[in-house]
Amino acid sequence: METQAFQKIHTKINEITKATISLNASGVGNEEIALVNGRLAQVVKIIGNEVTLQVYGGTEGIPTDAEVIFFGRSANLKVGDELSGRFFNAYGEPIDGGPEVEGEEIEVGGPTVNPVRRLQPSEFIPTGIAGIDLNNALVTGQKIPFFADPDQPYNQVMSMVALRAQADKIILGGMGLTNDDYLYYKNVFDNAGALDRIISFVNTTEDPSVERLLVPDMCLSTAEHFAVEKNQKVLVLLTDMTLFADALSIVSNRMDQIPSKDSMPGSLYSDLARIYEKAVQFPEGGSITIVAVTTLSGGDITHAIPDNTGYITEGQLFLRHDTDVGKVIVDPFRSLSRLKQLVIGKKTREDHPQVMNAAIRLFADASNAKTKLENGFDLTEYDRRTLEFAKDYSEKLLAIDVNIEVDEMLDTAWRLFNKHFKRTEVSVKKDLVDKYWPNDSEE
Amino acid sequence: MSKKDNVTKGKITGIIANLVMVEADGPVQQNEICYIVQEDSRLMSEVIKVMGTTAYIQVFESTRGLKVGDIVEFAGHMLEVNLGPGILSRNYDGLQNDLDRMEGIFLERGSQTDALDHEKKYDFKPIAKKDDTVIAGDWLGEVTENWLPHKIMVPFKFKGKFTVKSVAEEGEYTIDDTMAVLLDEDGKEIEVTMVQQWPVKVPIKNYREKPRPFKMLETGIRIIDTLNPIGEGGTGFIPGPFGSGKTVLQHALSKQAEADMIIMAACGERANEVVEIFTEFPELEDPRTGRKLMERTTIIANTSNMPVAAREASVYTAMTIAEYYRAMGLKILLLADSTSRWAQALREMSNRMEELPGPDAYPMDLTAIISMFYSRAGYVYLNNGETGSITFIGTVSPAGGNLKEPVTEATKKAARSFYALSQDRADSKRYPAVDPIDSYSKYLEYPEMVDYLKQNIGDKWPAHVQLLKDALLRGREASEQINILGDDGVPVDYHITFWKSEVMDFVVLQQDAFDEIDAQTSIERQKYMLEKVIDIYNTNFNFEHFEEVNEYFKRVIDQLRQMNYTEFKSDQFHQFEKDLEQIIEERKA
Ligand SMILES: Nc1ncnc2c1ncn2[C@@H]1O[C@H](COP(=O)(O)OP(=O)(O)OP(=O)(O)O)[C@@H](O)[C@H]1O
Ligand SMILES: [Mg+2]
Repeated sequence: METQAFQKIHTKINEITKATISLNASGVGNEEIALVNGRLAQVVKIIGNEVTLQVYGGTEGIPTDAEVIFFGRSANLKVGDELSGRFFNAYGEPIDGGPEVEGEEIEVGGPTVNPVRRLQPSEFIPTGIAGIDLNNALVTGQKIPFFADPDQPYNQVMSMVALRAQADKIILGGMGLTNDDYLYYKNVFDNAGALDRIISFVNTTEDPSVERLLVPDMCLSTAEHFAVEKNQKVLVLLTDMTLFADALSIVSNRMDQIPSKDSMPGSLYSDLARIYEKAVQFPEGGSITIVAVTTLSGGDITHAIPDNTGYITEGQLFLRHDTDVGKVIVDPFRSLSRLKQLVIGKKTREDHPQVMNAAIRLFADASNAKTKLENGFDLTEYDRRTLEFAKDYSEKLLAIDVNIEVDEMLDTAWRLFNKHFKRTEVSVKKDLVDKYWPNDSEE
Repeated sequence: MSKKDNVTKGKITGIIANLVMVEADGPVQQNEICYIVQEDSRLMSEVIKVMGTTAYIQVFESTRGLKVGDIVEFAGHMLEVNLGPGILSRNYDGLQNDLDRMEGIFLERGSQTDALDHEKKYDFKPIAKKDDTVIAGDWLGEVTENWLPHKIMVPFKFKGKFTVKSVAEEGEYTIDDTMAVLLDEDGKEIEVTMVQQWPVKVPIKNYREKPRPFKMLETGIRIIDTLNPIGEGGTGFIPGPFGSGKTVLQHALSKQAEADMIIMAACGERANEVVEIFTEFPELEDPRTGRKLMERTTIIANTSNMPVAAREASVYTAMTIAEYYRAMGLKILLLADSTSRWAQALREMSNRMEELPGPDAYPMDLTAIISMFYSRAGYVYLNNGETGSITFIGTVSPAGGNLKEPVTEATKKAARSFYALSQDRADSKRYPAVDPIDSYSKYLEYPEMVDYLKQNIGDKWPAHVQLLKDALLRGREASEQINILGDDGVPVDYHITFWKSEVMDFVVLQQDAFDEIDAQTSIERQKYMLEKVIDIYNTNFNFEHFEEVNEYFKRVIDQLRQMNYTEFKSDQFHQFEKDLEQIIEERKA
């Protein structure tokens, strides 16, 4: 980041905390950026002539006579086709050894899309994973996180979704990504020959944690550029948003804000919503879809981070290890895509909604039967059939290694119904049963 | 409202996010509107606290780039809305800017657009006559807005009695034309147009009386109408964890409720949900009138990515518009999704001002603020004897889904009906996931409401509804026993009791919001089906073994659900009904 001659330089800092510094300065704008001894910082508070800056790289080693240079503008970013295939840090500086990007400068974290200029999302994103396509269909313009335990293979599933999603651009935002995971993504994208569609902004565990705060805005401003200017379908992957929120709380605690639940800032909902709400479908065909990861601690979804996220996103996906079949499945009970009804049965076959519901209902019956079994009660004949069904259903449809087309998912479900149940037991509209019930063997 | 001769000005002295401190050079009023002057725009703000000569203002826009020393101009009035013909079918932001008139894809900072159309001509018919004595809120004339008879009233701000000097003749006028000339008590002439302003935080009280709600507002949603009806002019709230169906339920209400006008405040929730309304409502038909739904709807959108401070304003803007239309003798349904976001906006500001925090860091007076707001709903007798109503239903998004949190608790004190969405029911896809046992409607305790239900639905209706509730409770108890003791650890009767309650659950309570037919159920149909399941409930069945019970009742439920999915009293409906009777005969004792 080069400086310009006319910029005012200050060298007297009044106060230093873990994430912020304060100094006397005048003529400074709110949210203006500055360099503090070469580290990027942003104005977060001005009282009289005292200006407080949040220092992204952390304040370790910052002396009271540090050089503070104000830029006279808020953060911006250079965008253009050359971004494709490149890896950057949270500031947008190359980390792949390649050259600096030349391109159009855009403001980071710009204004909100007028809701009347949005289009209702309506384009189905097939992923081949039945636990997603059949039960939780994704739609362009949607925002949805994986709620995952840290040891679950969410990065693998995310990369599969990304590669199969047929997006024009995939933007990876890594926050606190381990170096191994960073290399994993790089590798997978490389092997798929998809690097030219992919742009990455990565903050790894080795980088200062406050820097993470920049990553979502970097990704989404870039995404907006391609979706608005080039009408492209952009898929943004954000992993891990829990680490992003943790960084938020560090900063807000330094600024003496009264913490609310789980020592998160009271503005957590708004802070997260500002990011996720960048997901959009434009009438001209461009779109931004966000698939994120929110890691849970001890599976607790009532913690402020997943809780606020759940209130913002359009559903959530859960992975679970199904011990009965020994595979990781997309949990049909807790996962939910809120936008699925915009496409299922409309962009997919007519029987999709009812088949989906019926199968989940039967899977629920199986889970009741399992509880009975665990409590030492006898099972009815129906209970036993549901258990058999559940195994098949897990193995042939819910497992994340399934990769088939939606019609085949539906046909598979009908076959399983036929194998384990009577027509009246599945509770599906009669005309659909008449049409799709496999007629080789009644019961 | 104090009018000032000299405009007060000020200079910015501090900025913390969207809280800005201003040194003012003259008098400032609490909640006064002011504008921060920027090179190419003026940023609207509201005074929320005054200390000496420092005004603390919340800025309704992004504060990026603001500097100490920037000029602020005070407007001399509180946040006001423009009331007049042309509000219907509009999409406003929280400050009543017309979103459709904003240019470009993005909401550029400081852009303000007119709430009303000043060019459009409306057909006016006079109501008041020369020499009539009138007071604020009285009807002077009427224009047709879309299809709705829109009353032109004596402005609500007018105090005292007035004599009508003249009223415009029948004809076409714009909203800024003079529609009447009034004489005040001193004989001074005052001109009245079709437009008036009103401060949103002040209730409009131009009515004679506000009785308790005594009629039911039909919503077409069985779990509300049958189980816990909401009174016309009543209040209700829908708390529930994320994903439990608050928004789907509110959208269903907005599509189906028997109201003249629907006002939806999208308050700090998803933009895509508002877009859904933008997209569907101009297409969907209002089954009662054949008109498009959008023709009776106004949307106030402050989605979660729009400025936080304007979120608080948005619910007040919506309520004030509702009060304006109520004064015309109309039946308004006001919906707000989610009131928790409004409370959170209050919390953010309160924290920035370093006020002493109450529970969960919400402001201390949260309960008072919420109950003040709910109390603006109501059924009213206007001065001319006509009636109007605002029924208000808000959603609440409790942190962690735990109902023991400040916003839910404060709302519980203010709202009279309670539709608690249960995570368990949502997880098992028993939609709408309203918990039939925890939820209540206080209106059922009003004798005048019970009389109304008896007269309008049937003498036995309240008794049947009670029976339904008892049966559900008994079913739950039976299921608990079965779970503890095991299927064959209890008498077969327990299974029958449980499954009879399942019939009621599946057929009456559960309703598919996305099925064209099932989504909306008329009261006539609700009555028909309730009687049907009560007949089954009162029937004695013969079973040897519990396994037969389960299988049998699944068939019964399946048959009844097919009925729910087919057109009421169609041939197919009666066919399913006949088949059902046969199934019943199989096991009848
Ligand atoms: N009546 C219903 N019929 C069918 N599906 C429903 C119904 N109600 C809710 N759902 C399902 O649940 C999902 C979530 O519902 P909804 O968006 O109303 O939840 P919410 O309570 O408003 O959540 P949030 O607090 O996050 O806004 C819907 O997208 C839909 O899939
Ligand atoms: Mg909602």
